[in-house]
Formats: sequence, C-alpha cells, structure tokens
Amino acid sequence: MNLIKLSWKYLISKPLNTGLNILLLAMGLAIITVLLLMQDQFENKMTRDAKGIDLVIGAKGSPLQLVLSSVYHIDFPTGNIPLNEAEGVSKNRLIKNVIPMGMGDNYNGYRIIGTNHDYLELYEASFKEGKAWEFPFETVVGHAVARKLELELGSKFVGSHGIGTASHAHEEHDYVVVGVLEKQDNVLDQLILTSIESVWYTHDEDHDHEKFEQPVATTGFPNSEQPDREVTSLLVQYRNPIAAVQLPRFINSRSSLQAASPSFEISRLFELLGIGIKLVQGLAVVIIVIAGLGIFIALYNSLKERKYDLAVMRTLGASRGTLFVHIILEGFLLTMLGGILGLAIGHFFLWLLVITNEQGALAGLRPDVFLAEELWLLLIALATGVLASLIPAWNAYRTDIAKQLTGA
Amino acid sequence: MLSTSSIEFSYEDGPPFSFPDIRLERNEELLIIGESGSGKTTILNIIGGLLKPKSGKVLIDNEDIYALKGAQLDKFRGRNIGVIFQKPHILSALTVVENLQVANFFANKSDNGVIDTSLRELDIAHKKDAKVNTLSQGEAQRVSIARALVNHPKLILADEPTSSLDDKNAEAVIQLLKQQSKKLNAALVVVTHDQRVKDHIQQHITVGKF
Repeated sequence: MNLIKLSWKYLISKPLNTGLNILLLAMGLAIITVLLLMQDQFENKMTRDAKGIDLVIGAKGSPLQLVLSSVYHIDFPTGNIPLNEAEGVSKNRLIKNVIPMGMGDNYNGYRIIGTNHDYLELYEASFKEGKAWEFPFETVVGHAVARKLELELGSKFVGSHGIGTASHAHEEHDYVVVGVLEKQDNVLDQLILTSIESVWYTHDEDHDHEKFEQPVATTGFPNSEQPDREVTSLLVQYRNPIAAVQLPRFINSRSSLQAASPSFEISRLFELLGIGIKLVQGLAVVIIVIAGLGIFIALYNSLKERKYDLAVMRTLGASRGTLFVHIILEGFLLTMLGGILGLAIGHFFLWLLVITNEQGALAGLRPDVFLAEELWLLLIALATGVLASLIPAWNAYRTDIAKQLTGA
Repeated sequence: MLSTSSIEFSYEDGPPFSFPDIRLERNEELLIIGESGSGKTTILNIIGGLLKPKSGKVLIDNEDIYALKGAQLDKFRGRNIGVIFQKPHILSALTVVENLQVANFFANKSDNGVIDTSLRELDIAHKKDAKVNTLSQGEAQRVSIARALVNHPKLILADEPTSSLDDKNAEAVIQLLKQQSKKLNAALVVVTHDQRVKDHIQQHITVGKF
C-alpha cells in the first residue's frame, strides 16, 4: 500500500463521478489539441505548398479562389486565360520564371494538372519509380493518388471532365502512368501531373494522332499551331523585390487578368478563420474550467463523507501533511488521466477528420505528430487538478481527529 | 508502560474535567467506567494522543507524548497505540486486507505475514477481499480490531467496543481483546458503560461520579 494506491482506491470507489470528471476534462483538452495540431500543420502545409510561388496569375474573379485552386488545388479555378495573353505577360522583365497550369479534369476525384517539369522542380519532387512525362497523355501520379487508386507504372486510366467525381468521361484517349512520386508531404501527393498538351488534346474534337507522337514542352509554354489555346493560370517567381510592388498592379490593370499573392491571400484566410478558432478555443477553456469545478465539488463533497476515514487514518499514524498529499494526489491522478485521455482523443479526432476528408483541405495532415505544446496542455491539466483539490486538501489537513471520532 | 499525571481538560463551553492518575504495566488490563457524558471517551482520546489535555502529562513507554511535534506524535501513535472505536470505522474504499495494509503503511511497518495471521486468528480470512458494506457488524468489529493490532502496539485502547453487540458477540470481543493483548504483551485499556464487561477485567477506575 502507498499513497498513490490509496488515492486511486478512493477515486475508483466512485467510478461514475470520477469517469464524468475525467471525460469532461478530456473533452476540453481534446478540442484544444485538435485545434493546436490543425493550426500548426495547416499553416506548415500552407507555407510549404506556396513555397517559391510569389504570384498567381489567372482569370478575373476572387483572388482567394485563384490562390486556393492554383496553389492548393482545393477550390474551383476562376476560369481560363488565352495562351497568347499569358505568354505576353510572362515576357515582363520583373518575372524570373513562369509555370503554366492547365486544369479542369479529374480521375476519381484526384485532379489532373497540366503543367511542365518546372512544377516538379519547384517542389523538388523525387520519383519512387519511373520518370517525368515526355509525350502527350503520359502522367506522373502523387504518392497518395497511387496508393488510393492503386496506380503503378503502365496503369491506364480515363480522365473525366470537371474537378469532382461523377462527371462525364473523356473516353477518346487513355492516360498512362510513367512515373510515381515519393511521398512529398505537400500538395503533389494528391495530384496527377501531366503536360498541358495532354489537357488540350483530351478536349479537342478532332483526333490528330500525329501530334500525339510529338514530344511535349518540358519547360516554358507549349507550342501550339491553334490560335485559341488557353491555360488556367500561371505560377510566377519574381525577379526582384520591386516586382512585388509593381507587377500585381500592372497585371490587375489589364482587363482580362488578375494577379493574387498566395502569402497575402492565406493570411487573409487565416484572419477570417481566426474568429471561429478563437470561439472554439474559448469554448474549450470553459469546458476545462467546468471540469476543474467538477473535480473541486466532487472532492469537497466526498470529504464530508470521508471525515471519519481521514480521522481513522490519523489514528493509524498518518500525519496532517500525509492527508493533504493524499487529497492533492486524488486531484492529480484524476487530471493526469483526463489529460492523457484528452490528448489521445484529440489525435483520434484529427485522424477521423483526415480519413473522412482524403481529397479536401485537410488531406495530408498527420494525426501521429506530437507537439511540444501538448506537454503544456498536460501541465495545465495537472495544475487544474492541484488547484481544484487545494481547498479540500486543506480541510483534510485541519480535520480534528477526536471531534470526528466521538461524533461531537 | 502507561502513566498519566494530573490530567485536566475542559471543552470550550463545558465544565473542567480532572482525571485520576493511571499507571499500567505491560500485560495489565484496565477498565474505565463512567456514565455517558462523564468524560470517559475524552480520557481515552487523551491517552491515545488524539486530544491534547489542558494540563498534565501522558507517558507511554517513558515518552511524554504531548511533547512530540505534529507528525512525530502521529507516527508514534501509529506504531505504538492501537485504537478500537465504538463503531468499526473501516475505510470504505478499501477491502478488508487493504485496511490492514494501510495501517502498516502509515506506521512505516512491513507486513511480514502479520496480516494473514491476524485475519486468520480473528476468523475473517475468508472476507479478506470483501468491501466493508458486505460485512456483518460482528465481522466489521473484528476487522477494526485486527487493524488496531496489526502494528503490534504496546498499548491497546478500546472505546465502548461492545456497546452495539449482543451478549454473545460482546463476550467474544472482550475475550479476543484480552487474549490478543496478552499475546502481544501489551497494556489494554477499555472504556465502557457496559456492565457486561465488568466481570472480565479486574482493575477498574470510575470517572465522572465518585
């Protein structure tokens, strides 16, 4: 027998009360854990995905939508822009590099993105097997796509129009997988990459099989004899800091194009989300405070029934200090369990969110990552327990043995 | 072994009590008799180190127990004095055997098989892992006796140990106390107003009315 065991015995002698308090505390902590994990990883993911992209140029519309669709591949594109206009704007001396993007198709919900090899280099993508595309209809698939759709080298599939599942299929020509990427922990995991030419050709009415045999452009813009070709957007790298001031204004003043800065749009997004996050955080804090009160009330009430027990412990040789520690330990054990359970539930929640949302904004978040902040959460929980048991422990400390035992 | 000298005590709003001096050696038994309200439980609490007297000394094994500071007195009590109350007062969250283990723990003594022996001797070994609320009154009282004896005290104090028991159980409890204190070579003090106890213990003192 020792004090921890003694406190534990008293805790489990009231399983419902103890269970309720543990659960309440765990819930409050779980909410905060999920928020912490999501905030940390989401921001990381957002910054990682936007690395090296200073500006996105696309059709007019919501700048946030343009950034979300072209950089993070979560929203719908704003529309397409004429190829010649895109080429024209790319010649600007403030631009160091441009990566054109062509979108609009999907395979089982995973987006098919037409681009060039610069896009792979932007993310320093490495291949698990195979190589980058060189001819029309050759594709490179991200790690998550390959795993989920069981694609491997040589697999053939047919894209469908639109970027959600269940739209009509382009049955004219199969895509073929020529490369599978390693796990990148960024947006590439969720994408099917191919050349812009492939995207064009699937949508063409005529099927000129001769051009299907021509190699595609691996950098810059693709060549096209047809005058009305379009791309969806351009990912731009600035040549120098002045570009950040001049280029967006210059492009936005042209009637058909708009420029949006990922870092600006994302901080605006977080500002909008921030209010909601604050609200949920506040709610979690309230739950934790209620849990603390619950523990306090439970200990305080049980102490009334336990005054005899405490007096008996004193006659058996326990000192005042021992009883004080005995009660504090009860609060401590309770919140320790609540804390650990809370962190576990938090990670479990995130896991649930991620597996039910495999193609959305939360895809790629990792529930098995632990943060240093979680240790702080545990400490806060323990502090709550000690605080809540302080007054009951003090009462135990002051228990008058003779008075209790003689019932006076 | 036990000696008290000129003990006086008063409750805040009550008349002062003064108690006759007591001298008791190991293996001796003493009965303190008195009506309700005569202060006989008070004297037991004072001897047991549970209630500090207004004046006077309590020496147990040549130790002036009220000269001991807080935790020291608690430890001394745990190791040297076994108290049996009118009601069993068994720790409700614990099983029978855990009630004895906790007494060991608070007195810093190790088990060494004492617990099993005393449970067997008091005929409650079969209830070892039972919770208090499943015990009969007689069983509960025997558990509280076992708990008071588990640290092999030099002094055993019993406060009205028989008052809630029938004749048969009362006799058994008194015999058990006598027999166990002989075995442990301890001094036994029983406080009671129960006339049934009188015949079993030779030495009497009466408090309250003289």
